Amino acid sequence: MDARTPEPAVAVDRLAKVYKTATAVDGISFSLPAGSITGLLGGNGAGKTTTIAMLMGLVSPTSGTIRVLGAAMPRQRYRVLARMNFESPYVEMPMRLTIRQNLNVFGRLYGVDALGERIARIASELELTDLLDRPTGKLSAGQKTRVSLAKALINTPDLLLLDEPTASLDPDTADWVRARLERYRHEHGATLLIASHNMAEVERMCERVIIMKTGRIEDDDTPANLLKRYGRSTLEDVFLDVARSRGHAAETAS
Amino acid sequence: MSAFSFSPRRVAAMVLRYWYLLRSSWPRLLELIYWPAVQMLMWGFLQQYVNANASAFARAGGTFIGAVLLWDILFRGQLGFSVSFLEEMWARNLGNLMISPLRPSEFVSALMVMSVVRLAIGMVPVSLLAVAFFGFNVWSLGLALAAFFVNLILTSWAIGIFVSGLVLRNGLGAENLAWTIMFIFLPLTCVYYPVATLPSWLQVIAWTLPPTYVFEGMRALLIEHAFRADLMLEALALNVVLFALAVAAFLALLASARRNGSLMQTGE
Repeated sequence: MDARTPEPAVAVDRLAKVYKTATAVDGISFSLPAGSITGLLGGNGAGKTTTIAMLMGLVSPTSGTIRVLGAAMPRQRYRVLARMNFESPYVEMPMRLTIRQNLNVFGRLYGVDALGERIARIASELELTDLLDRPTGKLSAGQKTRVSLAKALINTPDLLLLDEPTASLDPDTADWVRARLERYRHEHGATLLIASHNMAEVERMCERVIIMKTGRIEDDDTPANLLKRYGRSTLEDVFLDVARSRGHAAETAS
Repeated sequence: MSAFSFSPRRVAAMVLRYWYLLRSSWPRLLELIYWPAVQMLMWGFLQQYVNANASAFARAGGTFIGAVLLWDILFRGQLGFSVSFLEEMWARNLGNLMISPLRPSEFVSALMVMSVVRLAIGMVPVSLLAVAFFGFNVWSLGLALAAFFVNLILTSWAIGIFVSGLVLRNGLGAENLAWTIMFIFLPLTCVYYPVATLPSWLQVIAWTLPPTYVFEGMRALLIEHAFRADLMLEALALNVVLFALAVAAFLALLASARRNGSLMQTGE
């Protein structure tokens, strides 16, 4: 790599994951520049979640290499895990603990300095201050998402991985979450990778979209270029074209 | 920042997490005391009956109550370790922990601390009940009790680590092992009778298990008033081997869980 070129936040090369006989990820390569925001699109079983799990060191690759924030994953995971975080509505926080207790525990795990102040600030930013001493299990879906987001931001991560961050939220709350994520990225220069089924969300937030299908990258471009190349007006139509294998035909036609 | 660096702060964070959980639920606290108390009372009254009706040998020194209390250190120690681990599975929180900077060694250390905390919550009141009901003071065993405790808790941790690895690898389908695995030790480690009671081939197996030495040592102390340091050292040596094997198995099962993606699921 050129010494003047900043190292990408994430660099994936020929990454594959095979579970016994099923291939979940099939030799994908991509890199995410530091400070970028990228959407990872794909239908169920496309390999998005497995890809993100490999980036976090939660799943070992079958082959290929991953570098995250300069560290080889999963071998050097403990060099960088304190600078990353993850949010998903499908990974719950301990229900019996209050929000403050949960943030206290995770803040300590991530080695956050001046933790009390950090919790107060993040609670204020995410409008959780009045709820801090309420058990997490007694919150609404929208409030739980904000708590998960607070946990994901507690260590001010340089790389934030999000899996369906606004799933099951009403449009107003989802919009509010998206605005907070955009603000966080703007203020901290963080790199965001968002796996989502919500095309409008990806179209609004992401400057680049990676579309996966059956473990492979089918397309990788800016939303504007994708719309232009596929001759479509929405990413949802582009996604359907790719999902129904009309992508390349459209590309050739254009 | 290697995989082998160790942060007491992260261990303390995990202990705090389990303490918050215990504090939030009185049934969890009650459960820690309830069964050990029932066991101790049942065996204590049986001991009283034997004292009144059997030979001088059988009457010697409260071996049943002593055995119950020591068995509970072994059983509850393992359960305290495994249940704290299972709490993460039940809460579906394992994914959050595994992507945090928490090392496996720190996670296991926190579980070991919690095993002692949970044991203390259950056993200290029960040991005082034994004094009140039957005049049996386990604390009067002094240094011998310390030797018994160290050996039993080491075995309980080794089993807890191994079971946690199995649950990590196989999901909550393996949960029952956490509750039942220790019962195989009940007949084999000769909790309530001397090793000589077993057929000779089974004695060979019994002597490969560290707790056997502890229960023999307890009987020697209560019946013959002799502290068998040799038995305690042999148990310690076996425990070191058992603990190392359990840690190796846990790390292998964790690596296997990362390979087969079971850390992403952590369900059944």
